[in-house]
Amino acid sequence: MGDISTQLAHTVAEAYRARTPLKIRGGGSKADVLGRDVEGTPLDIAEHSGVIDYNPAELVLTARAGTPIAEINKLLGEQGQQLPPETPALAGKATLGGSLACNHSGPARPWQGSLRDMVLGTRLINGRGEQLRFGGQVMKNVAGYDVSRMQAGALGTLAVITELSLKVLPRPETTKTLAYSLSAHDALDVMRQRATEPRPLNAACWFEGTLYLRLSGAKAAVESTAQLWGGDSVEQPPWQAIADGELPCLNQAGSLYRLSVPTGSALAPSDSVLIDWGGAQRWVYDQPEIVAAAVSERGHAWLYRGGDRKNETAPPLTRTQRQLHTALKNAMDPEGILNPGRLYSWL
Amino acid sequence: MAARYYDPTLPMSEADSDAALPAIDADALITELRNIIPGDGVVVEREGLTPFECDGLMLYKALPLVAVMPRSKAEVQAVVKCCARHRVPVVARGSGTGICGGAMPHPEGVLLDLAKLDSIVAIDPLARTATLQPGVTNLRISQTAAKHGLYYAPDPSSQIACSIGGNVAENAGGVHCLKYGLTVNNLLSLEMLTADGELVRLGSDGLDNPGYDMMALITGSEGLLGVVTEVTVRLLPTPPCARVLLAGFPSVRAAGDAVGDIIADGIVPAGLEMMDKLAITAAEDFAQAGYPRDAEALLLCEVDGTEEEVASHTERVSALLNKAGATSVRVSDSEAERALLWKGRKSAFPAVGRLAPDYYCMDGTIPRSRISEVLEEINDRATAYGLSVANVFHAGDGNLHPLILYNAGDPDSVAKAEKLGSDILSLSVRVGGAITGEHGVGIEKLAHMAEQFGEAELRQMEEIKAAFDPALILNPGKGVPILKRCQEYRALPGKHNHG
Repeated sequence: MGDISTQLAHTVAEAYRARTPLKIRGGGSKADVLGRDVEGTPLDIAEHSGVIDYNPAELVLTARAGTPIAEINKLLGEQGQQLPPETPALAGKATLGGSLACNHSGPARPWQGSLRDMVLGTRLINGRGEQLRFGGQVMKNVAGYDVSRMQAGALGTLAVITELSLKVLPRPETTKTLAYSLSAHDALDVMRQRATEPRPLNAACWFEGTLYLRLSGAKAAVESTAQLWGGDSVEQPPWQAIADGELPCLNQAGSLYRLSVPTGSALAPSDSVLIDWGGAQRWVYDQPEIVAAAVSERGHAWLYRGGDRKNETAPPLTRTQRQLHTALKNAMDPEGILNPGRLYSWL
Repeated sequence: MAARYYDPTLPMSEADSDAALPAIDADALITELRNIIPGDGVVVEREGLTPFECDGLMLYKALPLVAVMPRSKAEVQAVVKCCARHRVPVVARGSGTGICGGAMPHPEGVLLDLAKLDSIVAIDPLARTATLQPGVTNLRISQTAAKHGLYYAPDPSSQIACSIGGNVAENAGGVHCLKYGLTVNNLLSLEMLTADGELVRLGSDGLDNPGYDMMALITGSEGLLGVVTEVTVRLLPTPPCARVLLAGFPSVRAAGDAVGDIIADGIVPAGLEMMDKLAITAAEDFAQAGYPRDAEALLLCEVDGTEEEVASHTERVSALLNKAGATSVRVSDSEAERALLWKGRKSAFPAVGRLAPDYYCMDGTIPRSRISEVLEEINDRATAYGLSVANVFHAGDGNLHPLILYNAGDPDSVAKAEKLGSDILSLSVRVGGAITGEHGVGIEKLAHMAEQFGEAELRQMEEIKAAFDPALILNPGKGVPILKRCQEYRALPGKHNHG
């Protein structure tokens, strides 16, 4: 636990000169998911850890990239605050930097935003080993390009994230989960309808024949909505297990695909083992053809886990999108040493 | 180091001395543009160009070589391809309400007016999305969505006129950012023309982004990386109830502390605005909203949600304001009263404008805890220059809008106003903030980018620019200073007219 950013920058600079590929590693919690399997000299970030600044009245937290999400959750919880996206802690292994690199979010994501939405500033090491700082610790900042937010979902292929400043929010006064026995199709209809109502909904998922809706906010608003919407009150809601990927339906053998689609998409509702994010995230097994189908729905699909991870796992891009990706990669990592091939084989 | 960047105060001839762009064949360019846009959509006469000479920041003006007003995406694409072939600068413009000079024309280039692309392509109430052409005004999105009980959250004060394309270019904010986010947090996808005129879609209609988050990069990039041709935004259910609390305070510090108390209590207000004494007086003279004239600072705090939520939060906020030393607390009892209390704040700019011939609106962001010290220093500096400053402040998110009163007819007053503005930006950076929270860099704050960023960061941003626009034709000379290429590229025009 401490500041090893100078050492990290030095290692990257060396690798830049020697053109040695680096494999960036935080807590290792997402090593087998999302990206492709790649080779490279490990660059360990986990030691670069610790909360640098946290002022609850400013709603801003700054921490080193290796800080575990679990540690941040604990600190925020003590002040009655939270990371709005319900960022998965993954048995204590997930780190802040890795969570941004994967833009990993929990069930609250459609209502409370993703980690990408919370980013106020970053410190980064680019592919030349230069330490850079973008954004800051203030809520609004439109000076220059938003290089910080661009790291979200880049799987470490643009820069090594070393520090992050984030917007945090108060925890809701009350939460309550309601359950309904419904088919996937009917559950989707209800989720979409409920999401248009000005009520304190902040999670909606379906699996194994049950729709779950979570209300969260002022006690009186939660209670009155629960009364209006009916359903069975759930004492042990599934949200934590969903966030941490621990639901049994997400841990079967086979190739697991994660779909990010418009909530109205007709794609795979009844084949989905889990529909989350109010219908915008769906999980299916062993349907390679869904990758192309998702694109025609103006969404996309990842080969999230399993399958052939030497091949592409990320959604396909158009020719122009690929050109822009290559140009951007070259701008930040000209020798292609940062997690080469992790996001796409050609990147 | 600063001397290496373009200095907007340099006369044009000096800044332009090493220009090495190929000469533009203006006649050929104009003929081609007329073939693309038949009728009166291509303007070259001075009187036709004058309305485009500046955006809302009238300190900086230039006439473009030619202005074009395409009516379709196909025409826009053909225009960009034509400019790419000729290597002619392209400056995209929405409604021209920006106030950083971001849409100021390039004197050797094409002004691309997108106001005629103003169709609402689709509204999907169940998906809560709206797909829009770039010229659709911000307010029209919410007005159109209202019949579905939905609205678009970011609401810059120019929302009646400003376009969604411009909102994307500047990452526009408004009074509801703390709770509902900026433009970047309310977009799903963009369709954009690259610098060589290829159409590309960024983001998706799902929530997450495939590949790099280029939508985040484009948002706020001030037209330097692409020309946005379509925007899909997220809509939210309209809260059934909203109330605003108005509180007067005997000092800015007490008002600032009250803001911290509200947030520390676990409430995220829909809006949280602060005004200082000069702004209060001006707004009250203008709007007769019943603002406390004896207060040194006032807070407007809006809470929204269900009836129950609003009742509970109103009670808590009211108690906190009183505890923090408010000399008066008033709670809106009706929609009419809520509108009246906001009217003073929303008309603060024109109201302050009546106090002097002209005003210059700044846009620094600071950590909220530094507010009273920053305001004191601004006032000290203003006094030293013999100027007055009224302050309105998005207090919830630390975004300060000092309004410097000056006289544009008096060169000395203009020079002092610009110097004071510059001091305020430097001060914002020094206390850990930013030179711009929501208005953008444009041409106005270009020189201050070197205070906010080091050379390595500026070089990195320059490389990103070159990745998207290798010929540097998209809004050149704005937003991000170009280091190594500034000599080979035609630099910016000087301001030749003070408005």
